[in-house]
Amino acid sequence: MKPARALAAVIALLAATGCSRIEPWVKPYEREAIADPIMAWDRDPVSSSYMRHVYESREGARGASGASGGGCGCN
Amino acid sequence: MIAFRRWPVAALLAALVALSWPAIATDGSPPAPEFNLTNRAGGQLALSGLRGQVVMINFWASWCGPCRQEFPALDEMYRKYKPMGFTMVGINVESEKADAERFLGARPVSFPILFDPDNRVSGSYGVSAMPTTVLVDRQGRLRWQHRAYKPGDEAEYIEQIRAMLREKS
Amino acid sequence: MQLIRRAALLLLVPLAAHAGVLPEDRADLMYHYYDGGGVTIDGPSLLVRKKFAEKYAVNASYYVDMVSSASIDVITTASEYSEERTQYGVGFEYLRGKVTYAASFSNSSENDYDADTASVSVSQDMFGDLTTVALSFTRGWDDVTRHGDPAFADSIDRRIYGVDISQIATKRLILGFSYEAITEEGFLNNPYRQVRYVDPDAALGYSYEFERYPRTRTGNAFSLRARWYLPYRAALQADYRFYNDTWEISSSTAEVAYTHPFGEQWTFDVHYRFHDQDAAEFYSDLFPRENFQNFLARDKELATMQSHTLGFGVAYEFKPSRFDFLGKAAINLKYDRIHFDYDDFRDLRTTGVAPGTEPLYDFDANVVRLFFSGWF
Repeated sequence: MKPARALAAVIALLAATGCSRIEPWVKPYEREAIADPIMAWDRDPVSSSYMRHVYESREGARGASGASGGGCGCN
Repeated sequence: MIAFRRWPVAALLAALVALSWPAIATDGSPPAPEFNLTNRAGGQLALSGLRGQVVMINFWASWCGPCRQEFPALDEMYRKYKPMGFTMVGINVESEKADAERFLGARPVSFPILFDPDNRVSGSYGVSAMPTTVLVDRQGRLRWQHRAYKPGDEAEYIEQIRAMLREKS
Repeated sequence: MQLIRRAALLLLVPLAAHAGVLPEDRADLMYHYYDGGGVTIDGPSLLVRKKFAEKYAVNASYYVDMVSSASIDVITTASEYSEERTQYGVGFEYLRGKVTYAASFSNSSENDYDADTASVSVSQDMFGDLTTVALSFTRGWDDVTRHGDPAFADSIDRRIYGVDISQIATKRLILGFSYEAITEEGFLNNPYRQVRYVDPDAALGYSYEFERYPRTRTGNAFSLRARWYLPYRAALQADYRFYNDTWEISSSTAEVAYTHPFGEQWTFDVHYRFHDQDAAEFYSDLFPRENFQNFLARDKELATMQSHTLGFGVAYEFKPSRFDFLGKAAINLKYDRIHFDYDDFRDLRTTGVAPGTEPLYDFDANVVRLFFSGWF
């Protein structure tokens, strides 16, 4: 149960800090470059998940491939 | 004491509460910041020149999905309420015109499009989400600010516009 | 044959973590092809996603591996075989404000291996949408059987805890950090694979016995990545991942990728990846005698090895005239060439030399993906 408790604590902490007012240094209207499709971590999930599978079935390491964030930051 | 198993749920709820995005009514309303921007149709357009009308200002960009989604609803609002003393400007926040021009070429709208390439007007309005839609009354006061757009939000805009149209200049 | 046991969880559609806006509706149909080390695997892969009311999204996937294997293990200890593995997946997302909740499930089956995987995640945008934090939990249940041995049945229980943090650093730079803890319990080896040991009485100088692995394995993976928007319209990405686990495998993986669009319709990608790992503690290419230690492995996947990949991709985007419901479509071709190099796994196709002096094994693989994408 330990990892789950740690995760819960992380969520709680982030929720609390989410309340504080940190002024974003990249404004929502300055996200032209970040919102460009070529800046997506993962433009073609069908292909990247396949390659991840090719490597993980032939190498001893796996995990932490991640792909969140970026984008237009709208809404 | 909340049982450990409930911590993730409690924490998630706390996060949700922290992040609601209401429309803010600005009563005791400040004057809307003045601007004078290049009009896509030619010339300049100043906010002060629109005094006496209900003005909707929509900050948008071609790279912003919800902005693009909102445009047809805004266009319809503009056509319907313009005869009654309503007007709208779409302020494009991109640093270069090319992408906006390409978007408008494919999907034209009838309301004026202005360019704010150095983002000074976006800054003065404190734009904190894309898109941002602001409503200014006949006396030039900033009355409503809507952050973000989901389909169906235009019903709220229409309600507020009609209320402001009924007010005297 | 025990294809890729971790496949099910790996082919789960990456959970959308663009809190604020759900990803666009799209369908992808791909033909995938792998050829290397005597193994050829190809097949289709289909992925469809659709959102509703900008609040809910559903995705579904279908994937098949058609395997024709004459790999080095197979040639030296068994005979060529062919086989098929099929995988289905389905996922749901719910977006509320800045938080995306996602759940997904997939099943992968082949004639001697069945894997079910379920995953949940929460992702939130914060600090003016500059930071995205995603937490995920995945649970897997695998059933292992052995062809020709109806008495054999075992299982694997798997849990994966993941954190992913992404940070927009400047108008042109985004950074990412991921951590995953992977823990597995059960029958973790391959019921067909064997290890070899020195045997003076045998014709080849060595004999075989079945591999024996620990029944638990816990690993940690940490990765950092950065993506830059260059002064002209192009992007450069760098990735690094460190992995280690309780089997004493320790590895570093690094990748550099460059994306360059030409005009409105063409996009080119090129990337290089390097992977370096140390062998598992109980791995050996040749054990000194039979039943040498508690745990025995000769799986080249657990050997001291490096892999180098050079890959290219080209995409052409267009507005299809025939299918009106598609706003946009693209055709993609990607090719990767991977070189696998082993420091302590030997090529047993060479006979007539003293055991343990056969040449070290290496091989090249060609991986091709050809796919058509449609946005609607």
